[in-house]
Amino acid sequence: MLYLYAITTTSLVLSVIADRQKTQQALKIAGKRFINILPDLLIIIVIASVVLFLIPSETIAKYLGKDNKYIAVFLAMLFGSVTMMPGFIAFPMCGLLLNQGVPYFILGAFSTTLMMVGIVTFPLERSFLGTKTALIRNTISLVIAVIVALTIGLFYHEITI
Amino acid sequence: MKTGKKIETGFFLLFFLFIFFSLIINFSAGKEMGLKSFYFGKNLFIMLPPAFILIGLFQVWVKRETIEKHLGTGSGLKGHFYVILLAGTTVGGLYVAFPVAAALYSKGAKLSVIFTYLGAAAIVRIPMTIFEASFLGLKFTIIRFLISIPLIIISSEIFGRYLEARSYKMRENSE
Repeated sequence: MLYLYAITTTSLVLSVIADRQKTQQALKIAGKRFINILPDLLIIIVIASVVLFLIPSETIAKYLGKDNKYIAVFLAMLFGSVTMMPGFIAFPMCGLLLNQGVPYFILGAFSTTLMMVGIVTFPLERSFLGTKTALIRNTISLVIAVIVALTIGLFYHEITI
Repeated sequence: MKTGKKIETGFFLLFFLFIFFSLIINFSAGKEMGLKSFYFGKNLFIMLPPAFILIGLFQVWVKRETIEKHLGTGSGLKGHFYVILLAGTTVGGLYVAFPVAAALYSKGAKLSVIFTYLGAAAIVRIPMTIFEASFLGLKFTIIRFLISIPLIIISSEIFGRYLEARSYKMRENSE
């Protein structure tokens, strides 16, 4: 996060030195686009807080540890798709679950869908890609997540053919 | 403002009122949601302004020919490789990746490269990967990379071609 601010400040200073007018134009573009997506962002905040309230990380942890692996992997993908949490919360939680004996492939299913499939960010995605394309992109991501999870299971000998 | 966006804004204001009254009447569920939305929103609004300034600078300084040459039609596998590197340094989440993708697209990057960027921005971001490797082991991360990156490139190439054949246009969201 700090490096983002450092890079932005440096670029901005360089840009001002090089060409004041162009920089002004750049800031105008930045402001306009930000305002354009603002309603989508606001709605994302609402959806995220409702989802996080209904499905707190303790609930997720409880269900991923279920005895039936197939139910657990299904729930892992479901939770991964509908929730949203930053890596610095998600991965320590996965590490904890791993120590409790939750298989790698279930954690892989959860983390991959968490990263690639975004129900919460869907309103934003839709305004860039259109509804249909956004839906297809998420579906493809879900399929990739399934393949990734299965392969992880094979590598760790948690799934046998 | 478009109707959809008006509805979204209205919905947010309703939510805001709900949080506000929850605070007054001490409704615990509402208070908790308010707290969560505050933390989540704070993150968004810290990440996005600098990201958008960079996008603006990109838009005025980077020549269209440069992007077309390296990420456009005919860029081949190299285009995918470049955007995966770019994705590795992307901060935040998909909410930062979409505006970046739109900027690349408006400068002439082809659709399949855009989808590779979106997929990669989700899964190869460096700070996140470090967390993953330290909590689940390097082996886990390596397996995940080796499988997901080729799958992302292949699926993006197919999906991109499919959309281009249907003369699909990404919205630039800058009107």
